[in-house]
Amino acid sequence: MKKDKINVLICGVGGQGILLASEILSEVFIKAGYDVKKSEIHGMSQRGGSVESHVRAGKKVHSPLIKKGEADFILAFESMEGLRYLEYLSSEGKLIRNTQKIIPLTVTIGNAEYPDNPEKIAKDNGIDTVSINAIKIAKDLGSDKVVNIILLGVLAQYLGDLSAPLRIDRKIWDDVIVDWMNVKKLSPKIMEINKKAFERGYNSTA
Amino acid sequence: MKKLLSGNEAVARGIYEAGVKFASAYPGTPSTEILENVVQYKNDVHCEWAPNEKVAVESAIGASMGGVRSVAAMKHVGLNVAADPLFSMAYIGSNGGIVIITADEPSMHSSQNEQDNRHYARAAKIPCIEPSDSQEAKDFIISAFEISEKFDTPVLFRMTTRICHSKSIVEFGKRKEKKSKGFTRDFQKYVILPANARKLHLKVEERLKKLEEYGYDCPLNKIEVNDTKIGIITSCIAYQYAKEIFPNASILKLGLSFPMPKKLIKKFANKVETLYVIEELEPFVEEQIKAMGIKVIGKDKLPITYEFNTNVIEESLLNKKSYKEIKVENLPPRPPVLCPGCPHRAVFYILSKLNVHVTGDIGCYTLGALPPFLALHTCVCMGASIGSAYGIERAMEQDPTGKVVAVIGDSTFVHSGITELINIVYNKGISTVCIMDNSITAMTGHQDHPGTGKTLMGKKTHKLDLVKLVESCGIKKENIRPVSAFNTKELMKVFKEELAKSEPSVIITQGPCIFIEPKDKKWKLFEVKAEKCKVACSACLKVGCPAIYNDENGKAVIDPMFCLGCTVCAQVCPFDAIIEVER
Repeated sequence: MKKDKINVLICGVGGQGILLASEILSEVFIKAGYDVKKSEIHGMSQRGGSVESHVRAGKKVHSPLIKKGEADFILAFESMEGLRYLEYLSSEGKLIRNTQKIIPLTVTIGNAEYPDNPEKIAKDNGIDTVSINAIKIAKDLGSDKVVNIILLGVLAQYLGDLSAPLRIDRKIWDDVIVDWMNVKKLSPKIMEINKKAFERGYNSTA
Repeated sequence: MKKLLSGNEAVARGIYEAGVKFASAYPGTPSTEILENVVQYKNDVHCEWAPNEKVAVESAIGASMGGVRSVAAMKHVGLNVAADPLFSMAYIGSNGGIVIITADEPSMHSSQNEQDNRHYARAAKIPCIEPSDSQEAKDFIISAFEISEKFDTPVLFRMTTRICHSKSIVEFGKRKEKKSKGFTRDFQKYVILPANARKLHLKVEERLKKLEEYGYDCPLNKIEVNDTKIGIITSCIAYQYAKEIFPNASILKLGLSFPMPKKLIKKFANKVETLYVIEELEPFVEEQIKAMGIKVIGKDKLPITYEFNTNVIEESLLNKKSYKEIKVENLPPRPPVLCPGCPHRAVFYILSKLNVHVTGDIGCYTLGALPPFLALHTCVCMGASIGSAYGIERAMEQDPTGKVVAVIGDSTFVHSGITELINIVYNKGISTVCIMDNSITAMTGHQDHPGTGKTLMGKKTHKLDLVKLVESCGIKKENIRPVSAFNTKELMKVFKEELAKSEPSVIITQGPCIFIEPKDKKWKLFEVKAEKCKVACSACLKVGCPAIYNDENGKAVIDPMFCLGCTVCAQVCPFDAIIEVER
């Protein structure tokens, strides 16, 4: 069966900029001419809790939630968070993970243990996994807030590799990100950091 | 113009386009963003936060009587609070169109139950309209106002979390201005004395029959004829899931789900071989169809609990699992936690040290029930903390002095805690009540309320003075104790003093939610000095802050990305190892 939809599941920890990333991704899909649906849960967890967002694009999308076994990408903002959602990946799907560890409170107070090697767990389950130290890149660039833009850059790289008609060209990303920065009235300095952040993700050989 | 909108944003747009002039709500997940988005049209629509849902509905009723289109929005359990005026309005009917929006929450992502509010439509005998995506949320709410006026009835507009919070593309229309009809006195309509109510009830029954007829060919209900082997009757978000799992089936989608259009159901059922009813939560439509003597497959296979999704429908109805099961064992859960810098942290830290029962309420502070605090022991509904504390004390056989504390947020206190406090004073209780005043309705995303001094439309207004209010409820001046929410020593002292008293007292812990601080605030930053953190005593971990964790050597570390310098961990460190540093 020929694929006619792209499904991206974004996950991580409240406060990492996941909802903004899913907003930008949705705008990119709309600009590319797709029908788009996106879904996430608001409320309760402002900072420090698990967050997941589903973004779906295609000629016509009905369900706002990705079916298990049909995600093309999991974009995991935190080292182990992607492991919660492996069932969602399709057999050709890819897990893109930030190696940044954020220790959950359940571990801090001794009620659970943080997994030793999340990358190995994913790979042992047969998952095509790419890892990137986005927080380090972000800090090098001078702002720990651009982790989300770096990770979108990595995703953009792979979406650009898809075969037509699902391929998303780089130019659409650049336009959407510039639009977003203008709407948010970011300072020229922060704009520059964001542009570089996207570039670093896009060109990472992660 | 086309835009990607959440259901809440879309319904707000629909409210604007429908010419609505009055909108009110009390915040509640997943409904909150409706009013937050209506406010962008504040030049055309008066919009406001009400102290609670009952006030929101009653104000909307007044606006409808006064001749303009009006709306009140709330979460599902909010309608319990507002049920009283709703049931009366069902008899009175409308003047200007009136719509009550209920946002139900299958799976209870941020709620205490998963009641199915379609039952309210049936119980109150008013129409229920259910959109299945954002475009319909916008279009159907406009129809809801038309139906309200045409049939002289309030309309229940039922959304669910996945409608409210998922985004899809919406095409905009223009606002149709509606002139106020004004208020005309009408004794038989607006004064529901028994003599009038008896006549009005007959009209309500007539109205239901007319609405049922209307449902037969109204545009809200839609038959999609396809392969007739399988027929599906569905509504709301379940429609979207059904379309993906049964792309070739014939579908009857109910946008007007109550009163159920029996003639249309019969017509559809006759066309198909096997009939499914796919609806989340209660078998609301299914039971009515079964009562007609029509055979359907529904809740015998589909779950009655929690949200649906495409997997649930496929597994329940087709016995198929089309994905590889991968369960990674022992992943640490990451439940919601009090944010770094939260003003509730120190209060629960202190409560966890005191041997008291803590009755809780609805808000971020319900998280005080979780480890490491375990310092909140009941949670019922908005306002219940104070009543429960009083009741527990009454049930004690020994002297209840110093045994129970009620904790309640400032917004929740205004919502429905005031009458509970009056009750304690009136009936000579002795409870210690703690109002955790973070100066905002926090959990729903930081909305103003009568205690913040600002309206939804951004105007300065009278700021409710909690100390004066509590005093006028009858709490003695010396028993009203405002205290900094971040000062552990002071908190301990005040709690001990008030718990020792055999008369009611109110402690007001004061500290703003981190999200209402100015955007350019220079937050402090703290660091653990490793050389001073000698015995890895874990004292600082007991404040339950997501910014602190143990490193590989068992020593505490503060993540500067999360730390906001609230000082609570530094206060509890016995070695003064946590100190302020430059950010």
